[in-house]
Amino acid sequence: MAHHDTHAHHDDHAHGEHHDHGHGPEKGIMRWIKTTNHKDLGTLYLFLSFTMFMIGGLMSLVIRAELWMPGLQFVDPEFFNQMTTLHALVMIFGGLMPAFVGLANWMIPMMVGCSDLALPRVNNWGFWILPFAFTLLLGTLFMPGGGPAGGWTMYPPLVLQTGNAFPFLIFAVHLMGISSITGAINVAVTILNMRAPGMSLLKMPLFAWTWLITAYLLIATMPVLAGAVTMLLTDKYFGTAFFTAAGGGDPVMFQHIFWFFGHPEVYILILPAFGVVSTIIPTFARKSLFGYDSMVYATASIAFLSFIVWAHHMFTVGMPLAGELFFMFATMLIAVPTGVKVFNWVATMWKGSMTFETPMLFALAFVFLFTIGGFSGLMLAIAPVDFQYHDTYFVVAHFHYVIVPGAVFAVIAGVYYWLPKWTGVMYNETLGRIHFWLSAIFINLTFFPQHFAGLAGMQRRVPDYAVQFTDFNVQSSIGAFGFFVSQFVMIYNFARCIWFREGMEKAPARVWEGAHGLEWTVPSPAPYHTFEEPPRLLPEGEITAAHDAYDALDRHKINP
Amino acid sequence: MAKMGWMARAALVSVLLAASGAASAYTTTGNGWNTPQGVTEISAKVYDLHLLIFWVCVAIGVLVFGAMTYSIVMHRRSVHPKPADFHESTTVEIVWTVIPFLILIGMAIPAAGTLIKMEDTRGAELSVKVTGYQWKWQYEYLDQGVGFFSTLHPDSNKARQVGSGIDPTTVPNYLVEVDEPLVLPVGKKVRFLITANDVIHAWWVPDLAVKKDAIPGYVNEVWTKIDKPGTYRGVCAELCGRDHGFMPIVVVALPEEEFGKWLEARKAGQPYRLAAAAPTQAADVPPAAAAQPAPAGEQVAAAPATAASAGELSKAELMAKGEQVYKANCAACHQANGAGMAPTFPPLAGSKMANGPAEAHIAQMFTGKMMPSFRHLSDADLAAVATYERNSWGNTGSIVQPAQVAALRK
Repeated sequence: MAHHDTHAHHDDHAHGEHHDHGHGPEKGIMRWIKTTNHKDLGTLYLFLSFTMFMIGGLMSLVIRAELWMPGLQFVDPEFFNQMTTLHALVMIFGGLMPAFVGLANWMIPMMVGCSDLALPRVNNWGFWILPFAFTLLLGTLFMPGGGPAGGWTMYPPLVLQTGNAFPFLIFAVHLMGISSITGAINVAVTILNMRAPGMSLLKMPLFAWTWLITAYLLIATMPVLAGAVTMLLTDKYFGTAFFTAAGGGDPVMFQHIFWFFGHPEVYILILPAFGVVSTIIPTFARKSLFGYDSMVYATASIAFLSFIVWAHHMFTVGMPLAGELFFMFATMLIAVPTGVKVFNWVATMWKGSMTFETPMLFALAFVFLFTIGGFSGLMLAIAPVDFQYHDTYFVVAHFHYVIVPGAVFAVIAGVYYWLPKWTGVMYNETLGRIHFWLSAIFINLTFFPQHFAGLAGMQRRVPDYAVQFTDFNVQSSIGAFGFFVSQFVMIYNFARCIWFREGMEKAPARVWEGAHGLEWTVPSPAPYHTFEEPPRLLPEGEITAAHDAYDALDRHKINP
Repeated sequence: MAKMGWMARAALVSVLLAASGAASAYTTTGNGWNTPQGVTEISAKVYDLHLLIFWVCVAIGVLVFGAMTYSIVMHRRSVHPKPADFHESTTVEIVWTVIPFLILIGMAIPAAGTLIKMEDTRGAELSVKVTGYQWKWQYEYLDQGVGFFSTLHPDSNKARQVGSGIDPTTVPNYLVEVDEPLVLPVGKKVRFLITANDVIHAWWVPDLAVKKDAIPGYVNEVWTKIDKPGTYRGVCAELCGRDHGFMPIVVVALPEEEFGKWLEARKAGQPYRLAAAAPTQAADVPPAAAAQPAPAGEQVAAAPATAASAGELSKAELMAKGEQVYKANCAACHQANGAGMAPTFPPLAGSKMANGPAEAHIAQMFTGKMMPSFRHLSDADLAAVATYERNSWGNTGSIVQPAQVAALRK
């Protein structure tokens, strides 16, 4: 059994203490600027993501404060539109996507048993583009005329009315796209080429699988978005008329191009979340994932279908009947593989031996609440009824259910799950559970009433509303402020693990008793470099399921 | 782990209570919570489909969440210490792939039927062209020579300004009332030709189950056949800029005979009182009371474009009228204080336009370079608003008379 380089004292990543054989992190700020280490970059991505969640969250509070009561109390409608536009862009491109890239950075090399991502310098570059992108984007708020206000979907001709913020918006989107593509290429190359000997594709942890598929979605769709926004740029400044009817262009074409990116983007946000949940539920049910193979096939089917359903975002633009029927049927079809995933999670729990630590609580809430978002999604797929739902708060409720108690809860679950591995100490379980219950209650209070507001006729993206929607909006606003404040329980808990570890319980190598996977074979905190020599799994013929491989590995104790 | 057992039970009970509460409230309280059943054959079909898919989801939800909750309670470690070790079953996987697929086919058939009906615009007896503007609607009755703009009602408009100090609950039909509604006949197939002049809007009336994007360069077709006289309210559903939330739609459906009277009066440029447009619940208006002729001289609907241009007006008259017209048409962009919103909407206070020659000012309002054209306003309204802009906020431009505007109108 090969013994790899874990003998030296490994520096704990967050402190950058001195190191004596040239493999450790640099000291001071330059460590973070120059780093090519997947763990450092994972940390940077997660901190950036957290910052963006806070900024985007504050924007949502401006929105909810204005919608607290009918009438305009605080902001001008133009500023309100800037808030809805930037809230979406910041949350999607700044909050969620970097969060999953951060988790991939930290975990994928450890999960597949390699020392780092395949392209470490590209990794550094991919991250450091982002602070510039968001400075460009958010800086527009301080310019005359303010930020972009045409919605994150950037539909022309409205978006072409944007003032000075316009080129900043376009270049920020370009930079975010480049960053995403570099991250995606890195993950795909790593997974396909650097797995430990014996780890065939169908023995990978499901998080690696979902990320591999996500990476392909990113590589396929981000250039499409870049093309679309470039055409907007030339329409505005260089006299082209791609989307301007007066010049022979077609404003609807933009929507088709945008949603050809936009719909796979939805799955870019949710597939890695599926991976996290598929990792956590078996751990705490102490039972292996039910239907591993069908989970992989379901994920791949969802990814494929995501490319042929885009126009369900635009049922009301006046497509030919045949187009509407095709996109309706294709969209309904997505419910099948998605259902398979949910059924498999429930079957994984079935006859397990469950405990409910914080990561499990968030993962279970994910299954419940994501499924509610799935139900409203199924309702939205029915084109004739979608004409009533389209562009109302019902849609707002739908996508927030899949994104917040869906994807965001999965990120939170993942961080609780792996934080002891990253920091070497256990977070406070009681505070974790308090954080969970507060979040779960407030997030439902925020978004559940929005279903009713939408059905009763409240359209989205408005700063003011007819008085019959008041009750729903009051509830929503209370929920939103409550949810935001609840996150400080998590901040306190995590801050203690990261910076104030005095007196906190040390985490063992295998943090959770039901956990399987290579990441649990290295000490906690994970050394700065892991698997510099690959771990060796049992010969392929003897491995029957992914978790057995890790058990075999555990038994052999390849690690001191 | 005993504590978890208690928590799991509490969670179960609260989830069940919330779900049953939500489900019952959802279907019994009508359109305070739910999509309206509406007043057309299509809207009723849409409503049925909506409830069908909703209850299908509820049924699946009960099964899935029931199994999950049972598992959470019964298969927790304190009750079930030794986990089973099954982890696959091809049979089960096939079963729960095929059954949802069959359910979806069952859903797709009625959905497709309704969709095909909705898209059949043949055989319309009346066509109305609907044009979206930032931020108002224009309605033109094709081949009838009748057309007008419909904007947010002045009362709502006043109340919705930041810091207006007006309580929206005291304004009748706050944000869903217009100055002049779209009037349609009951029992006739009406075809809408929907387009836009500047950016994309969407014309939505929930009671008719009609929502269609209004797109510059496109003419979208959609139809309705209203069964019941009444007032039906809707909104612009597609983000169209700053005042997207403030361009409502009101449809008044009249019995065919009443509609004919309205149309004749409208063609002759005479006022016509629409009782149904008064703030009442749509369904409560008895057909007979839906419309009455207006007493002579009481102007309810805005007069058509050129009828109001009269002789010379005093500066005070022009300024008073101009302020009204300005608030309704100009203040959204150029702001009530004339300061505009740089860089998109230029200020009028101290501007060359408002202090320079009147001809250029009037031409700008006609052609609408960079802004919508305001040709549709009467000569008197345009003269008044030009005078108001040229003599407010420190501006020192000339007075403009309706005759000057009329002379430049080509």
